[in-house]
Formats: sequence, structure tokens, C-alpha cells
Amino acid sequence: MTEYFEEPDLSGNRGFQSLREGFYKALFFSFAAATVLTTIGIFLTLFVDALGFFRSYSLVAFLTGLDWSPSLEPVSFGVLPLVFGTLTVTFTAAVIAIPVGTLTAVYLSEYAAARTRAVLKPLLEILAGVPTVVYGFFALVYVTPVIDFFFPGVSTFNVLSASLMVGIMTIPMVSSISEDAMSAVPDSLRQAGYGMGATKYEVTTDIIVPAATSGIVSSYILAISRAIGETMIVTVAMGMQASIPAVKTADVFGLGIPFVHPGEVFLGSGQTMTAAMVQIANSDLAGGTIAYESLFAIGLTLFAITLLMNIVSNVISERYREEY
Amino acid sequence: MEESTTGDWSETGLDESDGGDRDIEQIPEAETIIEARNLDVYYGEERALNDVSMSIPEQKVTAIIGPSGCGKSTFLRSINRMNDLIDIANVTGELCFKGKNVYDEDVDAVALRRQVGMVFQAPNPFPKSIYDNVAYGPRIQNDTENLDEQVEQALRQAALWDEVKDRLDERGTDLSGGQQQRLCIARAIAVDPEVVLMDEPASALDPVATSKIEDLIDELSEDYTVVIVTHNMQQAARISDKTAVFLTGGHLVEYGETDRIFQNPRNERVEDYISGKFG
Ligand SMILES: Nc1ncnc2c1ncn2[C@@H]1O[C@H](COP(=O)(O)OP(=O)(O)OP(=O)(O)O)[C@@H](O)[C@H]1O
Ligand SMILES: [Mg+2]
Repeated sequence: MTEYFEEPDLSGNRGFQSLREGFYKALFFSFAAATVLTTIGIFLTLFVDALGFFRSYSLVAFLTGLDWSPSLEPVSFGVLPLVFGTLTVTFTAAVIAIPVGTLTAVYLSEYAAARTRAVLKPLLEILAGVPTVVYGFFALVYVTPVIDFFFPGVSTFNVLSASLMVGIMTIPMVSSISEDAMSAVPDSLRQAGYGMGATKYEVTTDIIVPAATSGIVSSYILAISRAIGETMIVTVAMGMQASIPAVKTADVFGLGIPFVHPGEVFLGSGQTMTAAMVQIANSDLAGGTIAYESLFAIGLTLFAITLLMNIVSNVISERYREEY
Repeated sequence: MEESTTGDWSETGLDESDGGDRDIEQIPEAETIIEARNLDVYYGEERALNDVSMSIPEQKVTAIIGPSGCGKSTFLRSINRMNDLIDIANVTGELCFKGKNVYDEDVDAVALRRQVGMVFQAPNPFPKSIYDNVAYGPRIQNDTENLDEQVEQALRQAALWDEVKDRLDERGTDLSGGQQQRLCIARAIAVDPEVVLMDEPASALDPVATSKIEDLIDELSEDYTVVIVTHNMQQAARISDKTAVFLTGGHLVEYGETDRIFQNPRNERVEDYISGKFG
């Protein structure tokens, strides 16, 4: 014989709950939808206007042309000089930001005493918060004179100073995200390493860095994407001379080795895709002209490059997923 | 028994200044490999070990038991200087390994840890292959001439070889909890340390995995000195030769033959603790 209690009330009636839940869901959905729609809208505008450009200018000529001159007759819309400018800046910035940022992250995460870290981390974050126009100004006013000291005759607006500044600007991005990734490696793994008689250097290089690879590589990709999209520094400090340096041939043991003179790449002016877009947007070119529409063609190209970077980044994080 | 290479044990383990509250036996029948003399450990202001003196015999299993927070892990970590990693930890007194005070100026903690291995409460294999986990110690010590054999031997000693021999390149982190812990033991013994410290190595494991680890510890004591912290009194009684009982405040209250401690504890509080009246 089982005697039951009074039947419990499990109806959970809190008054109009299905209605309220439905309302919340709709509310949150509308915000998510607004974000997605904005993105799609931007992409569509870009795409439609770029299409307008490609109706009057050949896609092949755009993608392979070596001359960018949107306002001087005869006009020419070869995007390669701009891509070259962007790649030069990005590559140089990466060469600075990746090693400096990674080593800073290693120091902060594994070597610095708690007190040192408490001071340094916020300082780095301040560096990340400086408006980029300040970096651009700094490049122009302080870095270029230093370059001029070593390489007299450098242009006032030059690729090197802008690239250096973009590199410095992206250091905090690499160091902060990499440091987060390294700090997130569980302490038990450090203990395991030290317990085996590993030195701090061995624990860092054999255990912490490999375990944090996915986060570290993500920080690189993010920094590179940031450098590709950086606009203000290059607009202020790099000039407006889109050009591809001449490829020369060096005779090495009878072999013709093609090379580009670094001075030609770095010490003169240059222009990135972003800076070219600013220039067009600021000029008095009327809407609807082909030069104006070329802005969207560059934008679409940039978009494609950034998208590619994102895909690469996802593939890499997938490959090096943290498994601790 | 091998010839003594270490310091004398005649004065080991005795705390003559101290009267009735403590009962710390000498260890006359085996060589002392680790000896604490008036060891204190502080975390900032808090005293976690209070004047601990004891000597641990070579190639035996010594169990450390006591209620939570009484300083068992702290004592274990003071043996291989893992306390160095805790900024606020401060050690005074002596902890001798083979007669050498490991807190002397000229002792390198890294070198010490290569002879005094450690297994932790939660299995913590590196996110590397099973092989690389075991090979890690030999590699950092540049002792890789017979690496394959060393890895196999360590895995055999850890009673894991048969389960993993066909998948040495799989990740250590993909093993079951019990297997991971045996992997960590294999990793610790691959460098052939003198001592293996274990901090509650089976507390995260189910009974079957636990009994495997216990069998393993028994076998390890043929080649190594094992110092094991455990919360499980039956486990201490089953596997250890000596038992040290710490009580709250970081006091070592009783230390002696395991059988004697469990059958006939001399200290009243130890008796209460062992019979489950507190702790
Ligand atoms: N890293 C630390 N920082 C500060 N205090 C600590 C630290 N580790 C331990 N303590 C303190 O030292 C005392 C002893 O701790 P310990 O970890 O050695 O105890 P235990 O006997 O191992 O306990 P349990 O059985 O719970 O593991 C405790 O009071 C604890 O709060
Ligand atoms: Mg403990």
C-alpha cells in the first residue's frame, strides 16, 4: 500500500509565460537580425556599386593592372600597386608585431612577477587605445626624421615610417591575446613541467606555447587583419604615390636573380588600398563616375582579402584546438 | 640493503625537545633518504607546517595522512621545492635529501626535481602524444640514447604498456582518468628518480583504477622511495610501510610503522582521527 501525498503543483504557471517568453525571443532575435542585416546591407552596397564599376572597366585589367591613377588622364585602375602597398605595410608590421608581441606575452604570462604584470598589462592596453591618427602623426613628425638620419633623402611621406608605426600599433593586439591564451593554460600543466625538473624556459617553450598555439596564431591573424585594414596611419604618413618598384635582375654566378631595391620599396611614398579609398572619398569626384565607383571595387577586394584571412584563421584554430 | 651513501640516521626523526604530545619513531632498519629537521613553512603570515622533524626511509612507502588543511601537500611540496613556485611561501629549517639540505644556497631546485619526481592529485598529462609524455623527462635531461626502451620500461612499470603499446602516438589527454594517472606515473619514473612524491594520486579515480594504482605503488617501492599523501585511511594502511599523521596547525603528531599506528596509536588525537571521530 503506497500512500501518496497531495498531488504536487508542477504546472509552473507564472502568468502569460509563453507569451512573455515569445516576446523576449522576438526581441533578442530582432537585435541579432539587425546586426546581420547591416552586414549584408554593407556587403550588397559594396557589391552592387563594384558591379557598376566592372561594367565600364574590365575586371582583368583591374586585377592585373600595374598603374593606379584614378584622376589623371589617361585614367587607369590597376589595383596591384595598392595591393602591393598594403602587403608591404602588413608584412613589415607583422615582422615587428609578431616577435615583439609574442615575446612580450611570454614575459607577461610566464616570467613577470604579479606586481610587474599588474603595471605592464594596463600600460600595453593604453598603447592599444591610442587613436591611430596619433600614430600617423608620430610617424610623420618623429619617425621620419630618424629614418632620414640613417637614410638621407627619404621622402617626407614614406612607406617605412608608416609600416613601423602600424607594426607598433598592432603589438598590443598580439601580446594581449597571446598572453590571455598562455595564461589560460591550466596551472596543472606548469606544475607537471616543473615537477619533472623542467626549467622555466623549458616549461614555456615545450608546454605553455604549444598548448596555447591556437590562441597565439589567432592573435597573429587578428593583428594582420588589423594591419591590412589600417587606414589613418597610412593616410597621414605614407603619401599618395601608388607604385610598384621596378624589378631588376642581379647577376649571381651567371644566374639572373630578380630583385627589388628595398630603398625603392620603403623610402619613397606609397599607397595602400585603404588610403586610396580615403583619397577618392575626399576628392571632388562626383558620384557615378568611374573613378568614384572604383572605390567600391577596392572595398570589395579588401573585403575578399579579409574574408580569406578569417577563413585561414578558422582553419588554423581548428587545427591547433586547445586540448588540455 | 645497499651501502649507505647518505648522511647518518642516528639522529633522524627524533625531536627530543618535545614531550608527550608527539610520537615520532626512529627508523633504524632502513637508510634515511629524506629528513626534515624543524621544518616550518609559512604562506605569508600563516604557518602551514609547524616544526616538523621526520626521516623517510629509502625504498619504502611512506604515507602522510591527516585532516584537510593540515599541511600534507605543503610538506610534500617542500621536499622537491615546488613551494618555490608559490610567491608567498617561505620555508625555514632543513629538508635533507640524501644528507644534503635542499634549501642550501648551492642547491638548484631544477636538479633536485630531476631526482625527486612528483605525481599530482588530478592527472595532468601534457597535451602531447603518450610517447612524448613519457619521453619528456629523458629529453630535457638529454638522456635519449635508448629512448624507446626507456619509454617502454616506464610504461611497463606503470602497468600501462599493454593498454597503450599500439597507440603511443595518440594524445595522452585522450586516455581515461585512471590511464592518465598511470601515464603521469610513467612520466615521473621514466627518468629513474630516487623518490616519487604522490599527492592523493587516486582521489580522482574510481575504485578499480584506484586499486591498480595501489598495486603499482607497491611495486614501485622495490625501486623507488614513495611518499604518498592520502585521505583514505584504508589506503594508507594497505600500501604504506610508515605512516605520518599530521594534525591541524601543521603539526606532525605521530609517525611510525603503519601497522603500529593503525592498531595501536599512542596519541589520543591520532586515535580519534584514525577511528573517524574527527577530520
Ligand atoms: N598556495 C597557497 N597559498 C596560501 N596558503 C596556502 C597555499 N597552499 C596551502 N595553503 C594553506 O596552508 C595550509 C595547508 O595546506 P595544504 O594544502 O598543505 O593542506 P593539505 O593537508 O594538503 O589539505 P588537503 O587535504 O585539503 O589537500 C592550509 O591552511 C592552506 O590554506
Ligand atoms: Mg593537499
